[in-house]
Amino acid sequence: MLYNEPSPLETRVLSRRFGLPDSASLGTYLATEGYQAFLKAARMKPDEIIEEVKASNLRGRGGAGFPAGMKWSFVPRSSPKPKYIVVNADESEPGTCKDRVLIENDPHQLIEGVLIAGLAVDAHAGYIYVRGEYRYLIEILEKAIAEAYAGGRLGKNIQGTGFDFDLYTHTGAGAYECGEESALLESLEGKRGIPRIRPPFPAVVGAFQRPTVLNNVETYCAVPAIILRGGAAFAALGVPRAGGTKMTCLTGNLNKPGVYELRMGFPVMKMIEEVGGGIRGGRKLKAMIPGGSSCPVLTAAECEGATMDYDSMSARKTMLGSGGVIVMDDQTCMVKAAARIIRFYAHESCGWCIPCREGATWLRKILVRFHAGGGTRADIGLIGDIARNMLGRTFCPLGDAAAMPTISIVEKFQEEFEDHLDGRPCPYEHAEHMVMA
Amino acid sequence: MADLLKFTIDGKQLHAKPGTLVIEAARTAGIEIPAFCYYPGLTLQAACRMCLVEVEKMPKLMTACTLPVSEGMVVRTDTPQVHSARKYMLEFLLTNHPLDCPVCDKGGECELQDMTFRYGAGESRFTDEKVHTPEKQFSPVVFYDAPRCILCYRCVRICNEGLGVGALGVINRGVVSEIAPNKGDHLECDECGACIDICPVGALTSGIYRYQTRPWEMNHVGTICTHCSDGCRTTLGTRNGRIVRGNNRDSSGINGEFLCIKGRYAFDFYDHPERLLAPLARVDGKLTEVSWARALETVAGKFQQTLAGGGSFGVVGSNHTTNEEDYYLQKFARQVLRTDHIDHHRTGDLATLLDALSGQADKLATVADLDQRKAILILGADLALEHPLLSFQVRANYRHHAARIYALTPRPVREDKYAVKSLRAGRPEEYFAALESLRDALRSEPEMVAVFDDSVQGEDIGKLVEFAESLGIPVKYICLLDYSNSRGALDMGLAPELLPGYAPAARPGMRLREMLEAELDVLWVVGSNPLKAAGRKAGFLVVQDMFPTETASQADVVLPAAPAYEKDGTVTNVTGEVQRLKRAIEVMGAKPDLEIMGFLAREMGVAAVLGPWVPDAVFEEIRARVRGYGVPAAVIAAGGAAQTTPVNGRIPAEIPRAGEARRAHSAHNGLFASGTLGRYSRVLTSVLEGRLGR
Amino acid sequence: MTFSPQLEARFSKLLNSYPPGRQRAALIPMLMYAQDEIGSVTDELVDEVAGRLGITALQVHEALSYYSMLHRKPMGKYHVQICTNISCLLNDGDKLWEHACKKLGIGHKETTADGRISIEEVECIGACSWAPAIQVNYDFHHFVTPERLDEILDGLKDKP
Repeated sequence: MLYNEPSPLETRVLSRRFGLPDSASLGTYLATEGYQAFLKAARMKPDEIIEEVKASNLRGRGGAGFPAGMKWSFVPRSSPKPKYIVVNADESEPGTCKDRVLIENDPHQLIEGVLIAGLAVDAHAGYIYVRGEYRYLIEILEKAIAEAYAGGRLGKNIQGTGFDFDLYTHTGAGAYECGEESALLESLEGKRGIPRIRPPFPAVVGAFQRPTVLNNVETYCAVPAIILRGGAAFAALGVPRAGGTKMTCLTGNLNKPGVYELRMGFPVMKMIEEVGGGIRGGRKLKAMIPGGSSCPVLTAAECEGATMDYDSMSARKTMLGSGGVIVMDDQTCMVKAAARIIRFYAHESCGWCIPCREGATWLRKILVRFHAGGGTRADIGLIGDIARNMLGRTFCPLGDAAAMPTISIVEKFQEEFEDHLDGRPCPYEHAEHMVMA
Repeated sequence: MADLLKFTIDGKQLHAKPGTLVIEAARTAGIEIPAFCYYPGLTLQAACRMCLVEVEKMPKLMTACTLPVSEGMVVRTDTPQVHSARKYMLEFLLTNHPLDCPVCDKGGECELQDMTFRYGAGESRFTDEKVHTPEKQFSPVVFYDAPRCILCYRCVRICNEGLGVGALGVINRGVVSEIAPNKGDHLECDECGACIDICPVGALTSGIYRYQTRPWEMNHVGTICTHCSDGCRTTLGTRNGRIVRGNNRDSSGINGEFLCIKGRYAFDFYDHPERLLAPLARVDGKLTEVSWARALETVAGKFQQTLAGGGSFGVVGSNHTTNEEDYYLQKFARQVLRTDHIDHHRTGDLATLLDALSGQADKLATVADLDQRKAILILGADLALEHPLLSFQVRANYRHHAARIYALTPRPVREDKYAVKSLRAGRPEEYFAALESLRDALRSEPEMVAVFDDSVQGEDIGKLVEFAESLGIPVKYICLLDYSNSRGALDMGLAPELLPGYAPAARPGMRLREMLEAELDVLWVVGSNPLKAAGRKAGFLVVQDMFPTETASQADVVLPAAPAYEKDGTVTNVTGEVQRLKRAIEVMGAKPDLEIMGFLAREMGVAAVLGPWVPDAVFEEIRARVRGYGVPAAVIAAGGAAQTTPVNGRIPAEIPRAGEARRAHSAHNGLFASGTLGRYSRVLTSVLEGRLGR
Repeated sequence: MTFSPQLEARFSKLLNSYPPGRQRAALIPMLMYAQDEIGSVTDELVDEVAGRLGITALQVHEALSYYSMLHRKPMGKYHVQICTNISCLLNDGDKLWEHACKKLGIGHKETTADGRISIEEVECIGACSWAPAIQVNYDFHHFVTPERLDEILDGLKDKP
């Protein structure tokens, strides 16, 4: 089901079946061009599939934005080893809840995307790694998978193409780090979710030490439309260096928060004002995080003229990320926001490497203390220093994810930190309230 | 050479083979790249981030421990960015690391201290509360202090990869991650202490050593472990005449960083309360403490009297005494006491192997061979328990060189996990049936080392050699023996049929069992307990030992002997590698066996016949006189190991007499047993009792 | 250990999902599904799963202690998880959490005396656009106000 009203400003490609009666069923899917893309892909050469995906300018939707077609092309297709398709449904970046909607409303679209990836790299088995909290999605997926087997869309000789494919769900158990692809693979193999040393990359040495395509749910969900309508048509929906639409999660202080499918390059202010219905309570925009809490924050001024795509965000030294837009109004305490964000990353740091494990924890201690009125002027500089000492030096991107929002907040909202000095109560709320350690 | 890659580190033009890691390439060029988690030979972690370096054309700092060199690579380790990365990585580490260095066992030899001194910041900016967790005791020998732990995972890897035990793991997540033992709150493992030695900080400490001393107050003496025959080098830390620690701190010796519980902790027998520290002689039928002068006089007098009266002597040597002592003892027996009745407790049929290999060169494997040869065949022994170093080498060979291991053992062994073929077999006929089934597999190996224990003896050794040589591949052999100088005892001629260097004795005398059963006028037992379960038959019994063993308690005179850690000399390990013992401490009252024998000779007025009883002088004589012992003196003097060259001639075959088909008997000591010494080691007995109590 | 036929069926399905010799992959799902049935990851369960997968109890312990949804001690029959992460925080998720603590008189990962309800302040549960959100066991509740939370908690008191 949908938890928010759709917006007329959406461009519904991946979400086009949302709201149809029984949209998760095989029947509905088949009635709406379902599994046609697979049939088309089965008649294409693997390279043609990959070329089509490359032409679509589809970039990884999990947050890193790596071109999907290129990732697929790294798989040594001629390797005699079994190859796997792994779906990253470990959606855990704060501010992000789009994969949930995609699976809940249209699981067959994901299955079809996986099948096409399987055709492209000669893989015959796949795993959907679903975060532990999304248990109900496993039930939805298993129902859809069972329907697909029964309907000849999974299993042996799918739709007479001679292509075999088995698909399984795999539950996580509560670990943000498992959203990182190599940590996910470790977790899939029954171990602690600690990232692997790379290279080798999963395309060559992935699940069970075998070549693996690993993409986000939304990335796979875009594939059927790309094959059916052509890569160029998908690319045309977006901007020159990023094709298609982006499932965008509007969260925070908005009148109409929700998950909306917007074209790549959608103007930020229009998104906030029109799609999201503007800031709640008639208040003003103070800051916005464009792609999940790991991205550097933008001030209201920086949002002017910005568009929701990789290049525009990169020009503003932030990232499009996962599409989790976090909108903060003028009554938000940025110190508190920074403390809450770092608390998350400290909690989720896997502990493998020193700078992330110790740095995030140290930042958490300072920021929580700071927000409670125990900060010193030296702390302000120290916060930025600690974060910069983590940046680019950790084993995996989680360290950067912890450092980047922290640096941006302390740099852009330094005066708010100064307002908390000398034991002064938080000017943005009543003092008895503070972030718990 | 064409296959070398060219690159520069800090402006130095360097060459290395493809696959060489930047951290190693730098090391060979004398450039230190600091690291905690990187440890040669163990899997890569890239966790501590201390080894970050600048590499041209790479946007971020790279970990030198995972980055292989490439052609034209330009690496810089001496830049402001790298200095800053190191400095702040240490700052991060110290946020939760307690600054209890003054009471930490590791203080003074702590890698974190050293790195902070060299690369760290002068002061900490951390003012918040540190993570606290109480210290835990994992086992009698292993304590863990989580806050001190920097999570470099060396301990986890050495236990899993090095020892094949996997008794340590990582639990929890993030800043509260810690090391955990395999049995909930305690360890059940080899208790080898490798995890403690490899810990760069004071997170894992030794139950034996903790709070005993500061490292800089110790003297460090590198010597050879006196327990099993593997010949591990152990460095004894001594203070005020006491041994407080054993480890292998410089990873020298044939064992590299390896030591088992015996080499690391079981030195403690030396101050067991029952240790004999004064000679004993029978006074009114009771063993009573007497002076050395009186004891020596009594023994010398008895020896002279017996000689004069044409009486009979039997001499039983030791598996633990030095080559010099063994050589001197047999000389004493043969030249002074004029007896051919000399033997020791044999634990493997080495003589038959040497005979079977006669005429061939380069057939005896070294400890290093087990790490380098492509295939290893193990017959009988549970190596991980009985010969932990050899097992460690085989495992390293499997890990690093994908060695192919064939294990034919009566019971499941640790080698099963990585053997290409594991078969259950314990008797010779089972071995030969199994070997036939493996013939094709073994024939396709490029080379092999065959290791066997006392379950293969006599003519079966000939059959084994015949089988192995028929494979058409180079094969080397190891005949397993039990104790620290079992090999030397035979080499030095503590055998009725063999003179030093395996020369045939003109008139083979009685063997051990015969001596015990014969009514000899004098039985002289040096460092052995042959009457453990028997009454003495000899008219007069002289015993040299450390402890009041069953044999010593039946003696007429007991001369208190010093163990290996209290003397100089050489020993020869199971693979024939000669190494030097270095005296670590001196214990008042006891004397090295060589000295005891020398004093006896002097007392008898025959010292000139036997020559000086100084270890170096005796060793020179051994080098000159004993075939195979012409090893380079400089190597031995410098603490190295040199393999004795095989005899390479027929060895007078001993004809098994009735009821003596098996002439060698191994005790198959496990990790926590070591013959008599083991009984007097509190560490070994407490671990064993702990196991039984659980 | 004996499990329900449904759980055993789930286990055998899992064990067949992974390539031969890679059955350790089933570890985390097995622990999750077993915890759902028996309430927590007990020592007995650790040994049982280790035995079935041919790994050591330590290997199980290493993995299970890493994941925040696996509990060594039983939570309440209804485990109420309240998100206070950034998107929920901006919508007073933290106040919701305090409200729950006060109302039930218990704190983080604590259980009411009758064992029915436990509460946990959790990190992002993926309901950010419908914040503040909570989960009762695996069921999501969106746009939760303190009043709505009262209703939910009250409803749990005599829910079967």
